[in-house]
Order: sequence, then structure tokens, then C-alpha cells
Amino acid sequence: MARAAVRGRLSWQIATVEAVADETPRVRTLVLDVPDWAGHRAGQHLDVRLTAEDGYRAERSYSIGSPPGEPVAITVERLDDGEVSPYLTEELRTGDALELRGPIGGYFVWGPEDGGPLLLVAGGSGVVPLMAMLRHRHAAGIDVPARLLYSSRTLEDVIYRAELDALDAEVVYTLTREQPPGWTGYARRVDAELLAEVAWPAEQDPRVFVCGPTPFVETVAGTLVELGYPPQRVKTERFGATGGR
Amino acid sequence: MEALDGNAIGGLLNEVFGEELTAAHGACGSCGARWQVAELAVYVRAPGTVVRCPSCGSVLMTFVEVRRVWSVDMRGLAELEL
Repeated sequence: MARAAVRGRLSWQIATVEAVADETPRVRTLVLDVPDWAGHRAGQHLDVRLTAEDGYRAERSYSIGSPPGEPVAITVERLDDGEVSPYLTEELRTGDALELRGPIGGYFVWGPEDGGPLLLVAGGSGVVPLMAMLRHRHAAGIDVPARLLYSSRTLEDVIYRAELDALDAEVVYTLTREQPPGWTGYARRVDAELLAEVAWPAEQDPRVFVCGPTPFVETVAGTLVELGYPPQRVKTERFGATGGR
Repeated sequence: MEALDGNAIGGLLNEVFGEELTAAHGACGSCGARWQVAELAVYVRAPGTVVRCPSCGSVLMTFVEVRRVWSVDMRGLAELEL
């Protein structure tokens, strides 16, 4: 096939939506059937391309939430002024086609060979690639301690909540905007004191993955380094209002 | 404007160089800082994509697509492992 002519170069291809599932009022998971998929690693993403009738194109990146070996699933947060996410979360139906390329990323990835303990820190929909890591760890029965610190605006905004609560990993929530009655968890933005309480001691040599909006990632990564984490152990992935991821 | 990071250009770099490059190592031509591509500061809303050194802010690479052809400027780099 001509499109496989250059080794390693990804091609745009047409996937089909196999299933959709609402995670929260603003967030939807799309399970995709991708005919020419090389398999992915936990933490990778893919690029989605929409083409308008006049030829205008918009491209965005979305993290893969499903673990290696399972069908590709992306979880998308709707940005009200977005060009792509409203279509993905509101218009796209089972059986529809979607143009994408992937998998992408060789840095923000985790596999059993990387060891642990694992410290995963998520801001909002930054939980998606981290969920792929937790699912991978669970599905493969990997005996590595894992802790997820997940910052969300409200409890209703927590993505994958039921599954997270059932996983054999420690999950620590902080709800920054609104807390339900009787909430006993954290109720503020992630800060140095909170991280010092939740993070593994640096001496345990944890592998750290931080994903969220840019200011969140900068704060968390900077603070972890201040707590003694070697910078090269703190892997980060930032997304912005236009980035999707 | 808020910077993203080099993860965000994994697809673009694959398109231009035909390889997965987010974990590739390199060095800044201005300050000499060493990094992996995923750690770079990336601005996607400039006219084109601008990639800066996370240490000194110097422009390392720019990517502009005009009529399906990529124009790539890498003069800010001292080194990039392809």
C-alpha cells in the first residue's frame, strides 16, 4: 500500500465510531474502530482532523484513554468555543466516520518495564492518559503501587469516577470549586502542602506523570521538584483551551 | 499566550520527519540547555507553530504550512537526535 511506503510515518485514516458514552455532562468517550492501527502505549494520543465543505481544516489532539490491547477510545471535553470538541461530543454518532492519525507520543508513556511507584497527577480532563496507565496496570496485573491525585472543579466533573473508585489504586480527589455536603476530601487547588501530603517520598524513586492545563502542570511539576523529585522523573503534558489534550 | 509543550507537536513532527520524536533529545543553540522534545515550550496559535527553549526562551524551531507544504526553520537548534 502506498501509504505505508515510509516507515514510521503516520497516515491520516478514516476510523468509525463504534460506541459513545457520556462520562460527565461535558465529557464524552468515543470508542473507535481504526482499521490500520499499529497498537498504542498507555499515555499516547492521536490527532483528529475535521474538514469543512469549503476545505477549511481543524486539527486537535486527544489522549487515548483505553489501555494497550483494547479498542482505541478517546475521551473528549467539550469546550464551548471550540472548533472540534462540540462536534465530537454532540454531533458524532455511532457509525459515523472520523479522520485521525496516531498513535503519537514516546515521552509521556508508561509501561510495566518503567516500574514505579507511580504518581499520577491530573487536572480536569488531564486524567485521560493517566487512566490509560491505570487501566494498563490493572489489566496486566502489574504489581506496582499507584496513586492518582485528581483535581476537578466539582464531583460531577470527575471523569471515570465509578471505575476509579473500583480500581486497585489509591485515588485522592480535590474539588476546587464546589464540594457536595459532607465532603471530607481536599477542597482546594493543588499546592505544595497538598502535594507533600499525597506524593510518595522522593526517596522511593517514583515515576511521575502530570497532565492538565498549562498553569496546573507548571505548579505541580515545579512543586514536586522543590520536594526533591528529580526533574527527569516528572513527565508532563500540557493542554490549552485549543489543544484538546 | 500560554505555552503548550512538545507533546502537542508529536503528530506534526511525525508528518515532517517521518518519526516519533517527542522523546528525542536535543540542545539549544543559544544557551546549550539539553532537553527532550516533549519538554519544549510550544506556541500553536502563532502564524504557524513556534517552539522555544524551556530554559532561555530562544526560538528553536518554527513550522509553517502553506498550500500543503511545510516550511521548517531549525536554526535555533544546536542538536536534535533524529
